[in-house]
Amino acid sequence: MNPAYSVIVFTTASGAGYGLLIGLAAAAALGLVPIDALFGFLGLGVALALITTGLLTSTFHLGRPERAWRALSQWRSSWLSREGVAAIATYVPAGALGFGWVFGEMLPHQIAAGAGLSVACAFATLWCTGMIYASLPTIRAWHQPLVAPIYVAMALATGSVLLILMLAAFGYPLRWAAAAIIASAALAWILKARYWAAIDSAEKTYTAESATGLGRFGTVRPLDPPHTQPNYVMREMGYQVARRHAVKLRRIAALLLFAVPILAGALLLLNLAAPVQIAIAALAAVSTAVGVLTERWLFFAEAEHIVVLYYRGGTA
Amino acid sequence: MTSLPEQTQKKLGLVIDLDTCVGCHACATSCKEWNASGYSAPLTDQDAHGADPHGAWLNRIHSYEVGDGAESRTVHFPRSCLHCETPACVTVCPTGASYKRAEDGIVLVNPDTCIGCKLCSWACPYGAREYDYEDGTMKKCTLCVDRIYNETFAPEDRIPACVRACPTGARHFGDLGDPSSAVSQLVQEREGFALLPEIGYRPVNRYLPPRPRRDGHSPDVAATVAPPTRGTGSLADQFFAWADKALAR
Repeated sequence: MNPAYSVIVFTTASGAGYGLLIGLAAAAALGLVPIDALFGFLGLGVALALITTGLLTSTFHLGRPERAWRALSQWRSSWLSREGVAAIATYVPAGALGFGWVFGEMLPHQIAAGAGLSVACAFATLWCTGMIYASLPTIRAWHQPLVAPIYVAMALATGSVLLILMLAAFGYPLRWAAAAIIASAALAWILKARYWAAIDSAEKTYTAESATGLGRFGTVRPLDPPHTQPNYVMREMGYQVARRHAVKLRRIAALLLFAVPILAGALLLLNLAAPVQIAIAALAAVSTAVGVLTERWLFFAEAEHIVVLYYRGGTA
Repeated sequence: MTSLPEQTQKKLGLVIDLDTCVGCHACATSCKEWNASGYSAPLTDQDAHGADPHGAWLNRIHSYEVGDGAESRTVHFPRSCLHCETPACVTVCPTGASYKRAEDGIVLVNPDTCIGCKLCSWACPYGAREYDYEDGTMKKCTLCVDRIYNETFAPEDRIPACVRACPTGARHFGDLGDPSSAVSQLVQEREGFALLPEIGYRPVNRYLPPRPRRDGHSPDVAATVAPPTRGTGSLADQFFAWADKALAR
C-alpha cells in the first residue's frame, strides 16, 4: 500500500497525543502529579495540539476536505466514521479536565470523572483507528487480530515518552512514568514482534488463479496489461518495498522505538541530576519519533493488496 | 446511508463470456466515453499528452496466458465492479456517499457527498474503484444507471454502454436475481462463476468460462506446425541470403 505521508503523520501524531492524554489523565486521577495550572495547561495543551494536528493532517488525505464533516454520519457501519466521532467526543471530557486542572475549580471526584472519560474516549479512538485497517480482508498484513492492540500500545509507548519529558522539565517525580515507559514499550515490542512473525508466516491464500477463477485451466500469467501507464489502483495499492529494506527498517524501528526508550526508562529510574534526566528524556523522545514514523511507514509499505494479483499474477 | 439494504428487489449485473471476448477494449472505451459525460462525470485524465498519462476508467481489460504448453490459451478478462450483494466498499464509507440501491442492487457513489478518503478502494478486492485525482472523488461502474432506465432511448439502447459496444456479444446485462431471466439461464447453462467468493462480498456479476476445444483434444503442435523452411542451397537462395545480410548492415 502507498505510504501516504498525511496518514502516517496523522496516526503517529494523534496516537502520541492520545497516549499523552491517557497518561496525564490517569496520573491526575491517581494523584501522581500535582494539579498545577501551568503543568496542566502545557501537558493537556501539547496532547490536544498533537491530536488536532493529526486530525487536520488527515484531511490532507481527502480529495474533498471541505466535506470532511460528513464523515461523522455513518458510525453504524464504518470504523472510519466511528473514529471521527470518538475523536471529536474526546475533546469534551479532555477539555473539561483541562478547564478544571488549569483553573483549579474541580473537586477530586470531578477530576477523576473527567480523567476517566478522557481515558475511555482516547482508548475508543485508538481502537477505531486500528480497526479501520484490521477490518479489511483485502490486505493480509492488516487483517490481523494484533493490528488494533498494536495501535493502542504504540500510542501508550510514544505518549509516555512525551509525558516523562514534561515531568523532567518541571522537576516532578518521574519514577512511576519511567516504569510506565518500560512497561508500554516492552508491551508494544512484544506485540509488534509477534505481528511481524505472523505476517511473515501467514499463508498467501490468494492467487491469480483464484482471483480470475481460471485456475481449472492451469496457471494464470499476465500477458498484456490493460493499460500502459500505472493507474490509481496500481499507484495506491501496488506499492512494494524490497524485502531486505523491510528487514533493515524493522531493526531500525525496533531499536529507536522500543530499545532506546526502555533503556532511557531504566536510566530514569536512577537518581540522576535534573539536567541529565531532561537530556535523557529528550533523546528518548527524538528516538521514539523517528522510530514510530519508520514503523508506521513500514506498516503501509509492507502491506500487499490482493488486487495486485490481476496485474502481476502470483500469490498475495 | 452506508448500511446495506436487507435485500434488493432485483440483482442487476453483467455476465461476461471469457470464451468469446476478443480483448478489443471496445467496452472500456465506450464506458469511458459514456461516463465522461454521464452520472459519474467528470471522469478526468491526468497528463493526457505527457510522459505519464493516466486517468479514471471504470472498466479494464486484462489478457492472460492460461495453462501450459499445447494446453495453453489466451484469455481476455474484462474487470469492473461486480455490484456485490454485501460489499464492504459500501459499509466502510464514512459519509454515506457509497450506497447500494434497494430497488435494483446497483452500487453507486454520490459524487456530491464523497470526500475522497479512498477507503472504499482499499476494501475492494477487484480494483473496481478508481480515484479521480482532479475531481477528488471516487469513481466506479454505475451499470449505466443513466441509460438503462432512460425512456428517451430506443429499447435496444437501454443497456450499459459496454454491453452495447461489444462486437462479439460477450457481455450480457440483466437481472441475476430472477432465475428465469436470460442472464440467469446463461449462467446456469455455461456454469458461470463469481470472482473470489471466499472474500464473502457475494458478487452479482458472473463470468462464463472458456469452452472446451471443439474436437475435445488439444492439437499436437509439433505435428501440425511445419518446421521453418531452410534454403535448398540453390543459387537463388544464396543470392537472397547475401541480399538479406547486405541489407541488414
